Amino acid sequence: MGMTITEKILAKHAGLPSVTPGQLIQSSVDIILANDITAPLAIEQFRSSGTKTVCDSNKVVLVADHFAPHKDILSAEQCRFVREFAHEQQLTHYYEGGEMGIEHALLPEKGIVKPGYVVIGADSHTCTYGALGAFATGVGSTDVAAAMVTGETWFRVPESIRFVFNGRLQPWVSGKDLILYTIGAIGVDGALYKAMEFTGEVMKYLTMADRFTITNMAIEAGAKSGIIVPDGVTKDYVQDKIATPDQIAYYSSDTDALYSDTIEYSVDQIEPQVAFPHSPENTRAISTVGSVPINQAVIGSCTNGRLEDLKIAAHVLKGKKTAPSVRLIIIPATPWIYQQAMRLGLFEIFMNAQAIISPPTCGPCLGGHMGILARGERAITTTNRNFVGRMGHPESEVYLANPAVAAASAVLGRIGSPQEIGVEEYS
Amino acid sequence: MRGKCWKYGPDINTDLIIPARYLNTTDPQELAKHCMEDVDQTFPVKVGKGDIIVADKNFGCGSSREHAPIAIKASGVSCVIAKSFARIFYRNAFNVGLLVIVCPEAFQDIAEGDEVEVTAETGIIANITQGKSYTADPIPPFMQEILNHGGLMEYVAAKQSNPKGA
Ligand code: SF4
Repeated sequence: MGMTITEKILAKHAGLPSVTPGQLIQSSVDIILANDITAPLAIEQFRSSGTKTVCDSNKVVLVADHFAPHKDILSAEQCRFVREFAHEQQLTHYYEGGEMGIEHALLPEKGIVKPGYVVIGADSHTCTYGALGAFATGVGSTDVAAAMVTGETWFRVPESIRFVFNGRLQPWVSGKDLILYTIGAIGVDGALYKAMEFTGEVMKYLTMADRFTITNMAIEAGAKSGIIVPDGVTKDYVQDKIATPDQIAYYSSDTDALYSDTIEYSVDQIEPQVAFPHSPENTRAISTVGSVPINQAVIGSCTNGRLEDLKIAAHVLKGKKTAPSVRLIIIPATPWIYQQAMRLGLFEIFMNAQAIISPPTCGPCLGGHMGILARGERAITTTNRNFVGRMGHPESEVYLANPAVAAASAVLGRIGSPQEIGVEEYS
Repeated sequence: MRGKCWKYGPDINTDLIIPARYLNTTDPQELAKHCMEDVDQTFPVKVGKGDIIVADKNFGCGSSREHAPIAIKASGVSCVIAKSFARIFYRNAFNVGLLVIVCPEAFQDIAEGDEVEVTAETGIIANITQGKSYTADPIPPFMQEILNHGGLMEYVAAKQSNPKGA
């Protein structure tokens, strides 16, 4: 019996010839991640175990990205606590201040996560790294603490669902739209406890940025992980970032691997998607949105704050101005992206469009700071969650979309498409 | 474990359980003050020691914040019974010592305000008010082992000192 890519990676890390779904395994982990919100709890738990040093100072990665730059005294204290631990343990990978980017954009960019790795992170969007062909999943702070002690964790091997995208991508349709469409179709618990494996002829046309967006939102369907079998696009990306690319273990799924389900979508029918409040599954095609006025547009986050996303936004915004009623906030996800965007002249376009450019941070994505919504306000955003109160007041509203739609909506003052403001597709 | 039930709908996410605006602290009592407030503003005030949350499918979906089960536990809740749980929340609950039980039948049947008694070992949920009882899905043996050790860190510590025995 063949195995899926997920099963192969887990078997290898459990030191077993094979694994099957439902099996409980003890697995070694390659990267153990936490951020400024989840690391303090993990560190407290780690200390409570009486252990003095972490299993491996190269494996434990801490990123102070959520409430950074410190939004208030309490979050400053939390960051200090994390910083002191990072220095005490001499962690190779600790990022704050000007080196800090949103964790799930930063780690691949720095080549910290590699294909074939097992990654756990005290952040639910740890599943993002599946785009590299790694098994990556979110856990809690205590799981991270235990792994910091042992270098291992336990998993129940997940069943895999295969999502096959065939056909031709329509104008302005991106990775964001494919994953929003999928979540709309299967629901926020449609892949509960499972691994979502994304495949099909469309994949080869998707950039790494698109792929990261897709696997990023696997958790929004309740999945344990999302994964894409590495191909030429993956290898080109990795080649650039990793010092010893020839040592990477690339895994793929066997043709006779067992899936709990195979779901096929013809992308010919898929338009840009908008998820209405208050759930990522409330998706509608852009042509059926109607008139939804907005007060804010946000382009950023671990979902869509990459350079490709900013380039698309700039393409839409070039020579345009945001509607007077709208705050447009653009958040490059990492310092490298920030610098590239600046060099490419994107900031000029953004500023001429009267956008606000934020330093890299999670910021408004989780209602932290830098763009909190007032009661009754409405935002369109490229982030991944539109739960009640996610971006501010419990009576505000969040709509999820791709960067092109968010940018066009900022100009229109209501949710709409780039076509409506006469922009030709970016290529 | 015995208490009064508070009933909620499907997909209660971790942003509802403890909004991110309160995540600049890890103090359980501070977190408990805001537990569930975006779904039910009166919850932190009305919840009593031993009370039980009963919820529809996918309870605890969303972020990985362990602050969510910590806030629920610190607010006095002894147990969460749901039709199903999101996986990170389920795992976190065990790790911090909050009992969570999957029982679709109990969710259907229990009304808000019912007095319910839960016996963790047997998975029997007795509805005192209605004079009925339900049997929950058994807790996976491995999770039971973590509970027996008193939480994940204790389990890990035991294993570290005695790698073969645990
Ligand atoms: S950008 Fe948003 S979803 Fe991503 S890690 Fe930060 S808070 Fe979480």
